[in-house]
Amino acid sequence: MSRKTKQRFITDDILKNAVKDSFVKLNPSYMMKNPVMFVVEIGFFVTLILTFFPGLFGDQGTNLRLYDGIVSLILLVTLLFANFAEAVAEGRGKAQAQSLKHAKKDMQARIIKADGTDEIESAGKLKKGDIVLVKAGEIIPNDGEIIEGIASVDESAITGESAPVVKENGGDFSSVTGGTEVISDWLKIRITANSGESFLDKMIALVEGAARKKTPNEIALNTLLVSLTIIFLIVIVSLYPMAVYSGVQLQISTLIALIVCLIPTTIGGLLSAIGIAGMDRVTRFNVIAMSGKAVEACGDVDTMILDKTGTITYGNRMAAKFITVGNIPQQELIDSAVVSSLSDNTPEGKSIITLGYGLGGKKQTVSSDMEFIDFTAQTRMSGVNMPDGRKIRKGAYDVICRYVQENGGNIPTDLEEKVNDVAKLGGTPLVVSVDNRVYGVIYLKDTIKPGLVKRFARLRAVGIKTIMCTGDNPLTAATIAQEAGVDSFIAACKPEDKIKAIKEEQSKGKVVAMTGDGTNDAPALAQADVGIAMNSGTSAAKEAANMVDLDSDPTKILDVVEIGKQLLITRGSLTTFSIANDVAKYFAIIPAMFMVVIPQLKVINIMALATPYSAILSALLFNAIIIPCLIPLAMKGVKYEPQRAEKMLSHNMLIYGLGGIIAPFIGIKVIDMVIAPLLSMVGL
Amino acid sequence: MTQVVLFLIVFIALILVTGKYLYHIAEGKHTFADPVFDKVDKFIYRLCGIKKEEMSWKQYAMAMLATNAVMVFVGYLILRIQVMPVFNPNEIGNMEPTLSFNTIISFMTNTNLQHYAGESGLSYFSQMAVITFMMFTSAATGFAVAMAFIRGLAGKTKTFGNFYVDFTRITTRVLLPISIVVGLLLVSQGVPQNLSPNVTVQTIEGRYQDIAMGPVASMEIIKHLGTNGGGFFGANSSAPFENPNVLTNMIEMMSMMLMPGSCVIAFGHMVRSRRKKTVVGGKEKTVWFGSEARPIFAVMAAIFIIGLGICWSAESKGNPILANIGLSQSMGSMEGKEDRFGVTQSALFTTVTTAFTTGSVDNMHDTLTPLGGAVPMMNMMLNVVFGGKGVGLMNMLVYAILAVFICGLMVGRTPEYLGKKIEGREMKLTALAIIIHPFIILFFAALALSTTGGLAGITNPGYHGLSQVVYEYASSAANNGSGFEGLADNSYFWNITTGLAMFFGRYLAMIIQLAIVGSLIMKQPVSESIGTLRTDTTTFAISLFMVVLIIAALTFFPAMVLGPVAEHLALFN
Repeated sequence: MSRKTKQRFITDDILKNAVKDSFVKLNPSYMMKNPVMFVVEIGFFVTLILTFFPGLFGDQGTNLRLYDGIVSLILLVTLLFANFAEAVAEGRGKAQAQSLKHAKKDMQARIIKADGTDEIESAGKLKKGDIVLVKAGEIIPNDGEIIEGIASVDESAITGESAPVVKENGGDFSSVTGGTEVISDWLKIRITANSGESFLDKMIALVEGAARKKTPNEIALNTLLVSLTIIFLIVIVSLYPMAVYSGVQLQISTLIALIVCLIPTTIGGLLSAIGIAGMDRVTRFNVIAMSGKAVEACGDVDTMILDKTGTITYGNRMAAKFITVGNIPQQELIDSAVVSSLSDNTPEGKSIITLGYGLGGKKQTVSSDMEFIDFTAQTRMSGVNMPDGRKIRKGAYDVICRYVQENGGNIPTDLEEKVNDVAKLGGTPLVVSVDNRVYGVIYLKDTIKPGLVKRFARLRAVGIKTIMCTGDNPLTAATIAQEAGVDSFIAACKPEDKIKAIKEEQSKGKVVAMTGDGTNDAPALAQADVGIAMNSGTSAAKEAANMVDLDSDPTKILDVVEIGKQLLITRGSLTTFSIANDVAKYFAIIPAMFMVVIPQLKVINIMALATPYSAILSALLFNAIIIPCLIPLAMKGVKYEPQRAEKMLSHNMLIYGLGGIIAPFIGIKVIDMVIAPLLSMVGL
Repeated sequence: MTQVVLFLIVFIALILVTGKYLYHIAEGKHTFADPVFDKVDKFIYRLCGIKKEEMSWKQYAMAMLATNAVMVFVGYLILRIQVMPVFNPNEIGNMEPTLSFNTIISFMTNTNLQHYAGESGLSYFSQMAVITFMMFTSAATGFAVAMAFIRGLAGKTKTFGNFYVDFTRITTRVLLPISIVVGLLLVSQGVPQNLSPNVTVQTIEGRYQDIAMGPVASMEIIKHLGTNGGGFFGANSSAPFENPNVLTNMIEMMSMMLMPGSCVIAFGHMVRSRRKKTVVGGKEKTVWFGSEARPIFAVMAAIFIIGLGICWSAESKGNPILANIGLSQSMGSMEGKEDRFGVTQSALFTTVTTAFTTGSVDNMHDTLTPLGGAVPMMNMMLNVVFGGKGVGLMNMLVYAILAVFICGLMVGRTPEYLGKKIEGREMKLTALAIIIHPFIILFFAALALSTTGGLAGITNPGYHGLSQVVYEYASSAANNGSGFEGLADNSYFWNITTGLAMFFGRYLAMIIQLAIVGSLIMKQPVSESIGTLRTDTTTFAISLFMVVLIIAALTFFPAMVLGPVAEHLALFN
């Protein structure tokens, strides 16, 4: 489950199961779901019968039985290859589901009854609303809300992240997931899901592919493939009387070979594999997509609504500059700031020390006679009382001003201006005072996560607009927005503002994605077309979202969008490739069908294929072999490089369109050169 | 060659103007001729009780079908009782039922496949009240539906306009005025326009000959302007009284190209204004060619030019068998061609009449060289190379939707065309619209080749016979109406099967196409960004070209190989 260890493309185990599955999937009632491959299967049965009764439809010729047998065999191989592709794609999910099921097995629950006594029951008997007690070392039996207690919980069974998380009642950390383990203390939990409907159950169903429904784009593409199949069936069926009229008695196997070559078996055989693999790629990012539709919708995203804190910035501020006021020397300010932060373990405090030393501040250590004053929400300042009696304080502008004035000091005239300068830059000003004198301002800067600027540029390249939401004032918001490179921002943002922004974008016909964690994000997550909830978030948020990020890393939405796009591109490219292949196949089979009776048609045999039989079989073989050749591409997805739609189209058209026309010419010719001598040996 | 180039330049210049005019008519915008036509239209609306209310796609389709049905019944009745002495100086008898069925479907569907010869099969009354009348109404029908289709695509409103209003406006403001002016031009070149009986004259050789008369010019012009194609005479536009000289030949070609070409331009204007207007220097820039129409036009033009090139070069080479027996082929293959037109004018006419699905002929297509004959066949099989009045454009737009679907996926988004998402339902209908055409052609061709009734019509056994059969159904399904006339097609089998082919080829396609936009129009438009696939670019034009080529053309590859290609290879072997 862990994505920390780089997984191999397919393991031996998956491979073994996939081979077995490809035979199991030959069941016609299963094949019927894929009309293109079902036509191939019917062709296989007909040629199989012809192998035993070659004259059944009045075919004439020498070695008919052998020929029918070979065609039948190639068709079977084609079917197996297609099934194999699907089985391999499912394999990873199945293996994963297996380990998840393992986590679920044999879970016990200590149910607390109304009279206060408890009783051990099987977890399967739990109902919504039951209250359970989970002690250290026990597995949480089902999803729930903590009503009492505080404990650290190991969620690695779900997230793969081994560091435990602290969970307590109330707030954003009150939801727990079934299958995770309490490793210290105890929790009293109210169960919020019935047995079989838990997050773990959903996850198993999803990775197993059981809950897989065809996505809208898949349905539309399937329609196209079916109609192409119908068109080619019309072509072939009408070809028979035309050939008879022209004095050519076509063999049934040859007609079936032509049908199979022309219908889009390449994409037909790989289509479900592409979809499953796409979901799997999302899962490997530790994001659980509730449906394939959600992943696909990601490709269509026009606008992303992103929280500033946590998504764009780290949320903790780093000291970036010391600004003195009045005639205080810089060195004094630095030293005072550093010493007051010595016992401050917050990232802000540490960053002040780092910056101070970096600017040549005096090395100082904590001594027992220093009296540190911690930051509290009431005082909104912290500091230190030095052994020599100096009282160093740092805190918000208004608080320090009041503190200094109360102690009879004056506010330097340039302080307000400097504080405002910092705010204008998007920073947080921290004012430092010693006794009743203001020394200066520490510029605390909100740092943008590394690499984000580049990623936003990538998004812009494919036309996705980013909107940053922040509770900050407009001035600060504008600065951060500009620095990060987001397209616009909503300052002083309340949860309802997010919904408003989403609706506004949607009314312009845009597809909106957002991430969220808290309960108050739930309505917005539900409103957005793509909503990704953090696993650390409340169960309301997770319920409303269509994806859950197990690592609780909000920036992952960017990856998911790219996967969604890649999924669509892969489908489109392989469809194009499959259709483009038909050109060469026509040129291989049509002359082969008629050359014997109408010798002048050899001009169209531009590949100079050896004999009619070898031409038909080469085309059919190429058609079969191309499927396994493209499995890796279907699994990994085609290379995705963010660029203008125009460029992307010409790039992919060139590779899969033009390549799709040329590749089979070469492939069929090569196969022909190999099999022609073999065929002549067996008398075909 | 120069005459062809000049001709095509004039064509483009003309459609830029008439295309804008059509756009103004379709959108109900102001035109210079309003003062006159508004009064005429108002009178017609009052007379017929037309209320001008907006229609949904279903109402629009129903109105179209009902109007056409009424005309079919009245027309059928007239053909069956035409022996009555009303404008019937040549005393023509009633038409046989299956032939009447075929003829009436043929003219109502804008096909004009003729299994009869006009001078011996129809009274003047039938020629005027059925044939010429239907040439106007079937053209107006096609145009009206195309305009509704484009309105739906443009998506500025949620309704499709009113069929009766569109039908009236296109007749009074386009078809009638142009017909009157150009018809008189044809009269000036020697095309007859009278109600006199046939004249029997003594020729200089001393023999007697019947010279056919009648209201020819009035039919000749709408036959081309409305991309109808049915001749007053059996010999169609190769008859000197229909098409006396090179000038009338050019006029007739231009007339049939005018409206289909203009439809593409009008399309460009109609879908354009959904975006911001281009403003340069404070003044709105005049746009002659809407950007969305460019790839459509480019693909049509490319296929047209390729076809013309093949046809012209094949005809210029002549027939090697005739050369072997000592007949000079220096003028190209002149078999079945008129001396006054020669190879170039004939090849151009052939390509134009099949690309723009008119179906009139100024030379016999049956005697074209195999490859030269393959070009008209291919044009009709594709049925997207400008095509008949509005219909070709709709077919091409259906292919555009298909191309958008494939290309759209390749840029990683749900495909969208003109701001609307193409999803399962549209794809189903689009696929159906695309399947119908090859299905009709190939199904009926296979049927004809495996039944005695069908085989009886084939007069040239071998490869050419196959071509004759396939051509006949391609012509019917594409509502073209020209024929490889060697086919003995006035029989129950051929009358009924081609009748059905024409009927389904016309109405099924139209209804499905309206259903597609009916579904698109209800959708919320999506916003455009640089991540959106643009459909007004060269890349898209090339993609569209390839989609048309691979899906539409390759479907007919086996039939083409067994017919014209085999014949060609046999001839030059």
